[in-house]
Amino acid sequence: MLKLYDTWVESRLLLGTARYPSPAILAEAVRRAKAEIVTVSLRRETAGGKAGGAFFDLVGDLGVRVLPNTAGCHSVREAVLTAKMAREVFRTDWIKLEVIGHHDTLQPDVFGLVDAARILTGEGFQVFPYTTDDLVVAEKLLEAGCKVLMPWCAPIGSAMGPVNPAALKAFRAHFPDVPLIVDAGVGRPSHANTVMELGYDAVLLNTAVAGAGDPATMAEAFALAIEAGRLAHKAVPLEPRDMAVPSTPVIGKAVFA
Amino acid sequence: MTLIVNGEEQEIAAATLADLLSALDYEGEWLATAVNGELVHREDRAAFTLGESDRIEILSPMQGG
Repeated sequence: MLKLYDTWVESRLLLGTARYPSPAILAEAVRRAKAEIVTVSLRRETAGGKAGGAFFDLVGDLGVRVLPNTAGCHSVREAVLTAKMAREVFRTDWIKLEVIGHHDTLQPDVFGLVDAARILTGEGFQVFPYTTDDLVVAEKLLEAGCKVLMPWCAPIGSAMGPVNPAALKAFRAHFPDVPLIVDAGVGRPSHANTVMELGYDAVLLNTAVAGAGDPATMAEAFALAIEAGRLAHKAVPLEPRDMAVPSTPVIGKAVFA
Repeated sequence: MTLIVNGEEQEIAAATLADLLSALDYEGEWLATAVNGELVHREDRAAFTLGESDRIEILSPMQGG
């Protein structure tokens, strides 16, 4: 079980809800992923509020916890206000905090992120910060009151997978007792498996499932890969070696020459 | 009165935020509102008086990653 703030969850796959071919496929993907947490967002509603209402009902029917995000916010002020509005709608103190610094890379503005995290934790939010793998920023986020960290492994939606495994290993080693969720950049189940083998607690992804040819099947593939990676980490995998090491014992080997 | 609703300037007769939502046919417990960059809770909308050129944001749930 994984504890995120005061909530225990079994599933280590957090699933985004965007870009699915249909609401039915989204629901099937959540079911086959066995996800207990999905991310959601807020956007301007056209008069009548019908589109938002339909999605609100769909999420309610999924029977999962929601983690609202502040996607698209480029300033502390925007992110804080969006978080407050999300709490009003979804009635949760959880917030996936994004303060975006670049339009093209969607890299977090880590300075604004720390400021926004401090404001929001002060107002009772339980902040899940989308951050880089920078250790000092992570320490500042913990000082600001965050009890979960969500480093990227590559830019959002890039599907590149862990581009800097050494940094992810250092991050895990530096924060052994903090729940760590890799958020963003995962493209394939093998990527999720890799970060779980490194000891991460969970993976948050969206496009890798929603953009697959068969999203529901891919959701299940991710769930299996994450579980396998988790088990492998617990089993303590071998470290790579520079030279060959025979797996068959040589003692007692016959000598024919 | 001129109001800026979700970024669009509109001429609307609405004394309060609740009146505005009603006039524009916004309805639902899933809506969140802000005026001039500050959250206005749903229970405060009926008492929240609007002024000329106020900027109103009306948000609702959407898919997100």
